[in-house]
Order: sequence, then structure tokens, then C-alpha cells
Amino acid sequence: MTEQTRKTSRWTIWLPLALFAAFVVLVLIGLFRPAGRDVASTLIGKPLPAFDLPPALPERPGLASTAFGKGQPRLLNIFASWCIPCRVEAPQLDRLKRMGVPIDAISVRDRPEDLRGFLAQNGDPFQSIGADDDGKVQLALGSSGVPETYVIDGKGTIRYQHIGEIRPEHLPLILEKLKEAGR
Amino acid sequence: MIAEFGLAALWLAAALAALQLIAGALALTPRGAALAGVVRPVAVVQGLLALAAFGALILVFAETDLSVKLVAMNSHSMKPLIFKIAGAWGNHEGSMLLWVTVMGMAGGFVALVEKRLPEPTMLATLAGQAFVSLGFYAFLLIASNPFERLSPAPPEGNGLNPLLQDLGLAFHPPTLYLGYVGLSVAFSFAIGALVTRQVGPAFARAMRPWVLAAWIFLTVGITAGSYWAYYELGWGGWWFWDPVENASLMPWLAATALLHSCGVLAARNALRAWTVMLGVVAFSMSMIGTFLVRSGILTSVHAFAVDPERGSFILALLAINIGGALTLFGLRAATVTEGERFRPVSREGALVLNNVMLSAILGIVLFGTLYPLLAEAMGAKVSVGPPYFNPMSAIFFVPMLVVLAVGPLLRWRRDTFARVRKRLALPLLAVLAGIAIVLAIGDVAVLPFLGLVLAAGLAVASVLPLRDRNLRRTPLPVWGMVLAHFGIAVALFGMASESAFSVEKLVAVRTGETTRVGPWAIRLMAVEPVAGPNWTALEAQMLARYQDGRGTELRPQSRSFWTPPQQTSESALLTRWNGQLYAVLGGEATDGRWQLRLWWKPFVPMIWLGGLLIALGGVLALAGRTASDIRRLVARDKIAYRRTRQGR
Amino acid sequence: MAGSGTMGLKPKHQRLVLLAIALVVLIGAALLAIWALRNQASYFYVPSEIVAERPAPDRAVRLGGMVEKGSLRTEADGVTIAFVVGDGKARVPVRFSGIVPSLFVEGSGVVAEGKLGADGTFLADNLLAKHDEKYVPREMQNMTDEQARQVVAQTR
Repeated sequence: MTEQTRKTSRWTIWLPLALFAAFVVLVLIGLFRPAGRDVASTLIGKPLPAFDLPPALPERPGLASTAFGKGQPRLLNIFASWCIPCRVEAPQLDRLKRMGVPIDAISVRDRPEDLRGFLAQNGDPFQSIGADDDGKVQLALGSSGVPETYVIDGKGTIRYQHIGEIRPEHLPLILEKLKEAGR
Repeated sequence: MIAEFGLAALWLAAALAALQLIAGALALTPRGAALAGVVRPVAVVQGLLALAAFGALILVFAETDLSVKLVAMNSHSMKPLIFKIAGAWGNHEGSMLLWVTVMGMAGGFVALVEKRLPEPTMLATLAGQAFVSLGFYAFLLIASNPFERLSPAPPEGNGLNPLLQDLGLAFHPPTLYLGYVGLSVAFSFAIGALVTRQVGPAFARAMRPWVLAAWIFLTVGITAGSYWAYYELGWGGWWFWDPVENASLMPWLAATALLHSCGVLAARNALRAWTVMLGVVAFSMSMIGTFLVRSGILTSVHAFAVDPERGSFILALLAINIGGALTLFGLRAATVTEGERFRPVSREGALVLNNVMLSAILGIVLFGTLYPLLAEAMGAKVSVGPPYFNPMSAIFFVPMLVVLAVGPLLRWRRDTFARVRKRLALPLLAVLAGIAIVLAIGDVAVLPFLGLVLAAGLAVASVLPLRDRNLRRTPLPVWGMVLAHFGIAVALFGMASESAFSVEKLVAVRTGETTRVGPWAIRLMAVEPVAGPNWTALEAQMLARYQDGRGTELRPQSRSFWTPPQQTSESALLTRWNGQLYAVLGGEATDGRWQLRLWWKPFVPMIWLGGLLIALGGVLALAGRTASDIRRLVARDKIAYRRTRQGR
Repeated sequence: MAGSGTMGLKPKHQRLVLLAIALVVLIGAALLAIWALRNQASYFYVPSEIVAERPAPDRAVRLGGMVEKGSLRTEADGVTIAFVVGDGKARVPVRFSGIVPSLFVEGSGVVAEGKLGADGTFLADNLLAKHDEKYVPREMQNMTDEQARQVVAQTR
């Protein structure tokens, strides 16, 4: 029962740490691999695909791609009344509207009565709302979820795609992109 | 109001954890000794505050306060109360809050009851616990505040994932979390012991009940999770080697190894550095598992939303905690003195083998789980499934079962095979009988064959330690061991039987038609729409007769939820003593026929019965150990009391 | 190993024996795992890849792409379906027996697990559908942009 330090196996003591370090490196690569999650960022710099959507609410105009590219940058917001994050971003859209940013919207798989309720509840910053009932236009725009917001410049080119809700801290970013698009 | 109260409690708890860490660390230095008295009460209060925060979250969910963002995102006013409450932890933020709550409570409990270890080791342990907690508090408060408000409040919530609207699943994550986080105590003990270099039987005895308790919860959690996947996913399988399942299996494997090496350290003062190492590894596996699931880095049928930002936060926590602990281990393990010696053929030797095999399986599972990441870093896209995991884990599981049968019969320190040979006659006989029976049935694949035969031998061998014992005087932990080992045999039998003898049938039938699967005749009576609180479904009414006996009705459903819109299939199960009939309703074929998928799975419930037996064995052992600990404490107090009286 | 009697082995040797056993087992496990993973991991293909480099017929792989419109038909047994998966460059016929996920329709994206038969038909034993709003099979994140956009958007 003599007390003795293990000299023979000192290197094995560091083996677990080495394995763990390898794990961390591997995971870091996985976590920050550039081929990330923004599926459709390739659309940036390309012209807005052509579409012509019927009005989502009968009393309001629908939305066609020809509404864009008339010299002024515009925002195109893809949303739905059944989408909670869309409620979260409503105040931000409202602020943008009050700053004079023209905003159009595409509502995806929605019903007029639900949509009316949503707009009454959360404010209505939109100039026109197109109804994309089968998600085809959303698909063409390369949007993989709601809400998403596009910055379209005066020539009808997509300049920026914002995936997810616009949070208050994103406002400067959106305004910056709008400014770039206006140049 | 409640949400703000919860947030305040959370901040306070975090502050106390910081205090606990600083006071604990300072108290270890000669100058800070005065702080030693603070640490334990602080740990207790910190745990209570975390519990208060969690209680606040449950209240907010129970009353569906939609102005709280988390509630709006994950709950719905129409949901039954029990699922509203379960919704509190059925999401990322809530489950992290549950994590710190359990961790704080465990730390507080240790501070309250653990009196056996030298005080410096306790201080280091509690400081370690606070250090780990602090990281998770920071994560909650900075990156995932569960009490965040939403203004204006939405009129209705986003609902809860209907797959999660199930009683079994509602209470499954908390059970697993008790297991994961219970292992944090073992981790902290290991840190404490490394800091003060006090690795010995007392350390093992102090750590063992915690490991045992965590292990029980993990066992129950895994068993329940497997059953949930079995009946809820409607795929007829009970284990998919899914990353989430692996994430719960890996800590269990490590905890099982730790439990056994703790036994060696407590009884024989051997395997010192190894036990400390396992203490670190077990909780590391909990954290790594949670990280893999939470970061969304591995996609899985169970996974929560993908969020690289949170992923990096947890990864940083992992790197600090595990990396720090392993560095400490590297620095100190060389000076942890060697323990008592023993011969390779001995109880210790068998337990070492068990530990090595468990570690090998752990390595196999971890490696297989991470391999898709590794392959992706090298440019290939792969997924790893049963063709890898099943045979690879069996390679090490089978020898481990043999050791498991023999080991408990061996004596401590040294023994010979000659002595136990006679006792092994009975299990060998069972194995031979098993081989004969399975061969008579014929045509069974290799792995199930091995499983069936080994299960027979193990079932007999597991009760042998009770022979030559006075059953009434046999200590509870021995009963626990026997029961747990027997449970393994039972579960193994169920698994092997399921894969060897299952019969599957996939048919399209008209109503009124009868189809057969195994010994069952099943008649499709009707398919009708039914409605629930937040779903509608097509329900099939089937009449199942076992060997043309009396009919029993089965009603599988294909459900559509509308908040959020989603479809699930509710399988229908019919359990007999000798197996389970499993029915799933598919879609309607074009010509008015209905698709049915039917399985007859002989003895499949044994899998989960075995799992419960294993857990029950753990409960017996824990009860026995706790009772004897209390007895010892009382006796010591009495002696101390007498001494002081005599002193006067 | 050593004979019976006193604690024959020197402590150092005894420890070495245990350490050696442990290391041999663990290294063996690691090597086995690497070998098995090379053989058993199931690779992900899009149709043009699977046509260009055919995996062995007994090898489990995954095939992801779009279900071609008009290609889906149910066979006489009522539970076997056949359809064509394409990615714009190549088309692969697929057969599947079982209960089809509810979100599986023509024109949508799909990931099929199974084996490529010798005749070029992919025999699927499982079709993966999404489980919730945000679920995207990991493999699809790296498909070419056009494929990814279509598949992802349509499986939503």
C-alpha cells in the first residue's frame, strides 16, 4: 500500500482534455460553417421576380411586382395573421411607416376575416396587400418562413432580405439598407 | 407582476450564486476562513430563489398571461391546464430555467444535509456548483430571459407543438433534467475533491447517493422517452438512435460506470483518479447532450428551434466548465495517490471491466452521434443510424453482460474462477436451454439470438448473489443490485424478442374486411371523424381477436391539430401478457380502402418493464444507503453527546 | 495471468495490466467505430449525384429532391406508391410501401431513406416529412440554391 505517483500514465491524464478540445473545434466548425441557414441570400442583387397577386382584402388593392422599381425604394413584408412573430414586428413596421417608408405586404395562406382582425389589432402600415394563398410567390421570392422583409430599390432590385421579425434593434439596419437602396 | 417577481428572484439567485462562489473560494484561503459559515446558507437560499422563479413561470403559464412573450409563443388559452403548465418547460427558455432550478435545489440540498466530508472539500464543492450555476444563470438572463414581456399582448397564443401535448412527454423532460442536473452534484464533488486532494472512500460515499438518485431519474426518463417514441411517433420502433435519445443515453452510460466505480472506491479505496474522472465526464455528457439538442447543430425529430447564437453561448459554457474541470484533473490527478491494490480476477477487476466496456459503448455512441458533424466538416453529408449503432454497441455490450453475470459472485481483492465455477452451472444451464428453445423456433438473426440466450443466463445469474444469504438480513443495496441486474435481463429479453419475433403487416382494406397479423385477426369496422379540444381526427374502429377468441376494440387515429396546423397519428395499442398489438391508421387509398399498419410484437412491454425494474433496483439501493447513513449519523451524534456529558 | 498466492504482481505491473486492457479495449473501440462508420453511415444524395455515382445496392443512403408532378401513383395493393424524384438535372424513380406522411404531395420536397436497387429504382423504407413549422432536414441546407429554395419553401 505504498503511496506512489503514477509516472507511467501521465500522458493519459491529459487525453480526456485533448478529446474534449477536438470536440469543441469540431462543433465550432459546425456552428459557424458559412453555408448557413439563410437559404435564399442569392436573390440579393437580382431583380424582383414577376408576380401579380389578387387583393387580400376585397376593398384594398392587390400587389404586383410592377408596383416596385418606380424610382423609390420600398419594403416588401411577407406576413400572416397566424404568425406570432409578425405581431412582434408590427410596432417596428408602424414606426417605419411613420418615417415615410412605403411598405407593401404579401399575406401568406390567410383569410380576409383573420387578416382584418390582425390589422385592427396590430396596426396597418401597408399600402397594398397581396394574397398568396398557395405560397407560390413566397417560394419564388426565396422566402423560407414568415415574417420576412425585403428591401427593394428604385429599379426593382432586391437589396436586402431580413429573415425573421424586425426587432427594435434591427431598425437602424433596415434604415441603413433603405438608404443604400436609395442611392 | 408575477413575471417581474420571477425575474427578480432569478437575478437575486444569480447574485447569490456569485456570492457562493466567491465566499466558497475565499474561505479556502487562510485569510478568508471567516466566510466559511456563509456558504451553506447562501446555497440553500439560492436554491429556494431559483425555485421561486420557476414557480412564477408556472403561474404565468397556468393563467396564460399572453403579455409574457414565452407564453404567447408556446401556449394557448384553449389548452387543458395540465398542458399549459407543462408548456412552461416545453420550450427552450423554460427548460433552461428548470435546469438552473434543479441545479440550485440540488446544491442547496447538498449544503443542508452533507456533513461527512471535511469542510474545505465541501466549500470547494459548493463553490464549484455555484460556478457552474452562474454560467447558466448568465445564459438565462442575457440570452434567453423567460419572463420577457410582449407589448402589445397578442389576443391568442401560438399554441404548443401538438406532438408535445401528451402526458408522458409533458413529464418526460423534467425527469431527464433531474437526472442530468443531479449529475452536476457529482461533478462539483469531483471538483471539490480535486481542489483539496481528498479523494477517498468518504468522498465516494458522499457522492454515491447523488449519482444513484440522478441515475434513477435518468433510467426512468430514458424508459419513458423510449415508450413515448414507441407509441407517439407511430413507427413501431422503440429506439431510433436519434441525437436526442443518444443525448440521454450517454450520461446514463457514464453515470452507470460512475456508480460502479464509486462502489469500488467506497468499499476498497481503489480506482481513485478514475472515479473522479468519471464524475467529471458524467455531467459533461449531460451538458454536451443538452448542447447538441439545444443548439440545433444536429437535426432530430425531437429538436427545438435552431439557434446558432444560443448554441455558441452554451458551447462557451461547456468549454469553460468541462475544459476547466479536465485541466484541473490533469494538474491534480497525477498527485492523487494510488489506491488499494487488487488482482485482475476479483470483484474490483470485474467492475473495472464493466467500466471499460461502458466507456467503450459511451465512446461509440458519442462518436456515432458526432460523426455527421465530422463528415460535414470534410464535405460529405451523412446520417448515422441503427446499422452502425446496433452491432457496434453489441460488441461491447455482450462481454459486459458476461462480466455482469460473473462479477457479483466474485470476492473483493482476489478470487479464482475455480471457486465460482460451480455456481455458474445454473446460468450456463439456462443459456443452453435458451439455445435449444431458440433453435427449435428457428430462424433468428445473430443479435436477437445472442440477446435471448444471454437474457436467459443473466436472469438466473442475477439472483445468484442471494443464494447462501439470509434473505431477511440481506442489506437493501444487495437487493437493489440483484433487482437492477435482473431488470437488465428482462429488458434485454424484450428487445431481443421484439426484433426476433415481431410480425408486421401493411395493408389497404375496406370497412368490413378482416386481415391477419401473427395470431390476430383484425376487422376494420368503420372509419369516422371525431373531434377533440383542439384537433379533429379520423378514427378507425377495429375489432381484434387473439387466436379467434373474444374481440377487443382498437381505435387508432390520424389527428389534425389546428394551432399550429399539424398532423399526427395516434397509434392504438392492445397489451396482453405475451406481447402488444400495435395499430396505425394511414390515409385513404383512391378506391375507398384504408391503409393500416399492424404489428404483433411478442413480449415488447418487457423492455420498459425491465427499465422500471432497473430504476426500482436503484431506489432500493438508495433507500438502503440513506437509511444506513442516517443510522450512522445518529450513532455518531449519540457518542458525541455522551462524550460531552462525560466531559462535564 | 500470474499465479495465486500473495499479491504477486508489483503494484506498478498490476496497474499496467489494467491500464493496458483498458487502452486496448478503448482504442479497439475507436478503430472499430471508424471502420464501421465508413461503411454504415448513410450518405445523402440529390438525384443528379445518385445517377452519376451509384451507391452499392446494399448500402443505405438518403435521397432528397422534388416529387415530380404527375408522377405519383398508387399500386394495386393500396399501400405501395411509386413516384419520381428529380432535381432538374436527373430523375430517379422511387418505390415506397407504407404510410405516407401527410405533407407528402406531388411537387413537394422529400427525403427518402432506403437503397438504390440494381435496376435504378430507389426502394425507400422511410419518407421524411417535416415535424414542425421550422423543421428543415439538415442535408437540404447545402443543396444547390435552386434546389434548396424550392424544397425548403415547399415543405413548409
